[in-house]
Amino acid sequence: MPDEIPRVPIALRVNGKRYALEVEPRLLLVDFLRRELRLTGTHVGCDTTYCGACTVLLNGVSVKSCTALAVQADQSEVLTVEGLEQDGRLHPLQQAFADHHGLQCGYCTPGMLLSAYQLLAKSPNPSEAEMRKGIAGNTCRCTGYQNIFKAIRAAAAQMRGR
Amino acid sequence: MYPRPFRYHRAASIREAVSLLAELGEEAKLLAGGQSLIPLMKLRLASPHHLVDLNFIPDLSYVRPEDGLLRFGALTRHAEVEASPAAQQIPILHDCAAGIADVQVRNRGTLGGSLAEADPSGDWAPVLLTLPTEVVCVGPEGERTLPLAEFFVDAYTTVLRPAELIREVVVRRPPPGSGGAYLAVKRSAPVYATATAAVQLMLADRETCSEAGIALGAVGLTPIKAAEAEAALRGQRLTPDTITRAAEAASAACDPQPDGRGSAAYKRALVGALVKRAIALAARRARGEQVEVSHIYA
Repeated sequence: MPDEIPRVPIALRVNGKRYALEVEPRLLLVDFLRRELRLTGTHVGCDTTYCGACTVLLNGVSVKSCTALAVQADQSEVLTVEGLEQDGRLHPLQQAFADHHGLQCGYCTPGMLLSAYQLLAKSPNPSEAEMRKGIAGNTCRCTGYQNIFKAIRAAAAQMRGR
Repeated sequence: MYPRPFRYHRAASIREAVSLLAELGEEAKLLAGGQSLIPLMKLRLASPHHLVDLNFIPDLSYVRPEDGLLRFGALTRHAEVEASPAAQQIPILHDCAAGIADVQVRNRGTLGGSLAEADPSGDWAPVLLTLPTEVVCVGPEGERTLPLAEFFVDAYTTVLRPAELIREVVVRRPPPGSGGAYLAVKRSAPVYATATAAVQLMLADRETCSEAGIALGAVGLTPIKAAEAEAALRGQRLTPDTITRAAEAASAACDPQPDGRGSAAYKRALVGALVKRAIALAARRARGEQVEVSHIYA
């Protein structure tokens, strides 16, 4: 193995902001977001594609950013939890998670929010089964999930009403 | 966790991916959805020196209906199959696509990658083995089309040659009067299944099975086509007795390894139960009933 690994230039938009950097090929998307861009809202949980704490949207679809390389996000659009808030106002999902106690320790919350965001983008009025399936890739060890469902339901109702 | 250092190559076409593989040799791996490869690399179970990324090749992701066939680009994500109206017309395909892991993994993982990796627990292989399926492969010597039944050699091993890759997967649509179902039992969404069963039937009248495809996953080094279970149904009325005989034959055909998910005896019993249920679901669908099927978390 040659010691000099060429870095790869990437250009992408994260939460609407443009970035152009050179990255090591093995840099994971989550580490790119947290270390290079200092967007530490996206968490590393299990680091093995299980827990979903690192969920972000890549070109509009949710992915586990511990299981994607930064080089693969070249030319794409990334949405992280930091991008949910608009003009100083929390996203209805964020507000509903706060109002309905959809979190305790908060570790899973950024990923949970992005999975819920993805779910509501596809089904604005999700059934119980759709909600369960929609966040099946996100593990929460505090809430027992019931308040998360309450929060998603409330946010969905509010978003449909707008 | 992060992988060992590697060089990154972005293929602009299938042709270029094949020549990169030929040039870089055994230390190169293809990167499709990465949902198995990246975790393997992070755990250092795989340390390729080169990755050839297929994700920037245009037109490698599609579900195309054509003359009784469905053509899937190798890079078609599970979620795209799940959402495809053409694929939904073959319910067993939708069962599979909608049940693999979780939303995030389905958004990223690919059909071609699942087949080429040949993980014994992979979901697509048993499902597609119950339908006439061909794999279109491209290598330095050109293109060849193989029946999926001849594709798997061993765990994580296929007949793909060193610089060869999958370009397309072609499924023949089952004739009217057909129905199928795919069932998987797993502990939770993101994990691999403990055992899976895929059943595709054709009914001559509403009771007699004229054609049967039965395949099992996660209970052997390769997906297992349960030929004796199929024979137990073919030409028979679907009575509780025939269904039990088929389920017993499927249990006998599997070769499960004991592990954290269960003992060999448990998995063998599970396979029998899954086959029994899947036959009943497939038969209802073959009679035109709309039945919702989902993976079982237990």
